[in-house]
Amino acid sequence: MYTEISLDNLRVNKLPHIWCAGCGNGIVLSAILRAIERSKIDKEKIVFVSGIGCAGRSSGYVNFNTLHTLHGRPLAFATGIKLANPDLQVIVATGDGDLAAIGGNHFIHAAKRNIDLTVIVFNNFVYGMTGGQFSPTTPEDSFTTTTPYGHIEEPMNISYLAISAGATYVARETIGNPLMLEKYILNGLLHKGFSLIEAVSSCVTEYGRRNNLGDPAEYVKFFKDKSIPFSKVKSVESNDGIVVGEFVNIERPEFVSSYYELVKKVKK
Amino acid sequence: MKERLMSGNEAVAIGAIKAGCRFFAGYPITPSTDLAERMSKLLPEIGGAFIQMEDELGSIGAIIGASLAGSKAMTATSGPGFSLMQEGIGFASFSEIPIVVVDVQRVGPSTGIPTYPSQGDIMQARWGTHGSHPIIALYPSSVKESYDLIFTAFNFSEKYRVPVIFISDEVIGHMREKITVEDSHIVFERKKPEAPKEDYLPFDSRYEVPPLANFGEGYRFHITGLTHDDTGFPTSDPVKTERLMERLQRKILNHLDEIFLYETFLVEDADILIVSYGVVARSAKEAILELREKGVKVGLFRPITIWPSSEKIIADLALNRKVFVFEMNLGQYVLEVERIVKKKVEFYGKENGEIISPEEIESCILKSL
Repeated sequence: MYTEISLDNLRVNKLPHIWCAGCGNGIVLSAILRAIERSKIDKEKIVFVSGIGCAGRSSGYVNFNTLHTLHGRPLAFATGIKLANPDLQVIVATGDGDLAAIGGNHFIHAAKRNIDLTVIVFNNFVYGMTGGQFSPTTPEDSFTTTTPYGHIEEPMNISYLAISAGATYVARETIGNPLMLEKYILNGLLHKGFSLIEAVSSCVTEYGRRNNLGDPAEYVKFFKDKSIPFSKVKSVESNDGIVVGEFVNIERPEFVSSYYELVKKVKK
Repeated sequence: MKERLMSGNEAVAIGAIKAGCRFFAGYPITPSTDLAERMSKLLPEIGGAFIQMEDELGSIGAIIGASLAGSKAMTATSGPGFSLMQEGIGFASFSEIPIVVVDVQRVGPSTGIPTYPSQGDIMQARWGTHGSHPIIALYPSSVKESYDLIFTAFNFSEKYRVPVIFISDEVIGHMREKITVEDSHIVFERKKPEAPKEDYLPFDSRYEVPPLANFGEGYRFHITGLTHDDTGFPTSDPVKTERLMERLQRKILNHLDEIFLYETFLVEDADILIVSYGVVARSAKEAILELREKGVKVGLFRPITIWPSSEKIIADLALNRKVFVFEMNLGQYVLEVERIVKKKVEFYGKENGEIISPEEIESCILKSL
């Protein structure tokens, strides 16, 4: 069944968006909006929080309570919102640099707390908005503006880190399979606890151009060809490509609920 | 009214809760830690939220988020932690989110002397973050005043939609004094929008301080740290940018009559005016009494509102008087005094972990005669 994006949930007067032609972020954002539609969550209770960078701009285009925070800090702001008002459904849109580099500490600790946030990381392997510098997820040997001789660091596996840190829902999908991406985001929205959905996205202008990934359509095909189902390899990483699927979906005490349980016990 | 023995940090915690604070996020750092500890005990008892975050950047972010969700929110820190909070303070200033940041100063720079007092964050409180923005910074000099002034901090923050920096120092934070706890304080509540939901402008420039809706009340508005227009959405239009920057200044500076708090002590007939604040003002009062016994006519001006300054009040007090500034740093507030009085100001400062004693102040004044 195909879900339409409700125009009421888009700030149509803020379009066109600032993303480059061919950018994968629109595919991710539309998957988020379709998942929200399917979740039947009360739209007035949604707070859509983002950080800085290309993905960070997504909060400007969606018609909810929206908060465009500082670089790396969306999870900190989101934590305050959720703990202050547990009735709110807090969704975080972030990028690989925002979440895993400058915001790495908040990422680890939000996952450790298992606080009920749904985090969608637009992972395009690069700092797009600042013009193509390497990010924590940039693959080894790739070329970026700050790795002109090829990258010598191994990339960080965001999903693996989320699992290790204690996230209770973790999934990865590429923009080559937007319907599955939508399904994982929906699962994350309905999951009580820290949900991390790694949306592997394209950056045609800054990353793809320097690494010969071709035009937008070829780029999407590259992701499709590189995708390896988790069910096949039973591991979140593989040297042969991008492992996709639902990695973790477990229950563990959630931070905000535990906190207010404590309040019930000690309240005078 | 109840009489109680408590420390300055405890007084801030208890006062904050009475002022309506229901959210605290912080990261432990000496000498502010016991304030967080007190909040972790008190807040759950009244249904409020306490969270120990992973660092100061997280703490300031969390209280901004909590404030947008409708809670009066506070954090507490000291020197290095205050530095880490600066980007968040800038965000709250620019996007006009009410928060209270307590900075119990320790010796700096850097890790300095964690357990000793200083007044080294006076300029950081004003100019720690980048860009031109308004701020209100308040500084008590006793435990009793710590209790009373934290109400003012929350009230100013909510009324003017501005982060309020509540500066204290290790001595005021940790000294214990018997105080009377009064329940008669006025508590100001954030002004909520009355406009129809579709017409709500979170940065409506027709107001000096636009009403602020809470997230979840159906207004669907946008908050960003980017330069924004009345709707809250990013703009780089110089006219709209200027209008915003100008309003931010105006909403504070037009209300100096209410915002600028200070104390004077024996200034009427004084030939010499001492300017000092926080713990040093207590030494200054002792010194003034000693000097007056020796026939030297000395008075005290103690700013309680450290930022912004009332130029008129300070200039009038300094008129025809020799001015001395004593502070526990190597020259910060003295720059503001010099800027305003436009004449030679005698300065005595030190930042070695020791407080400035009444004897030091006395001998400094006597030497100048």
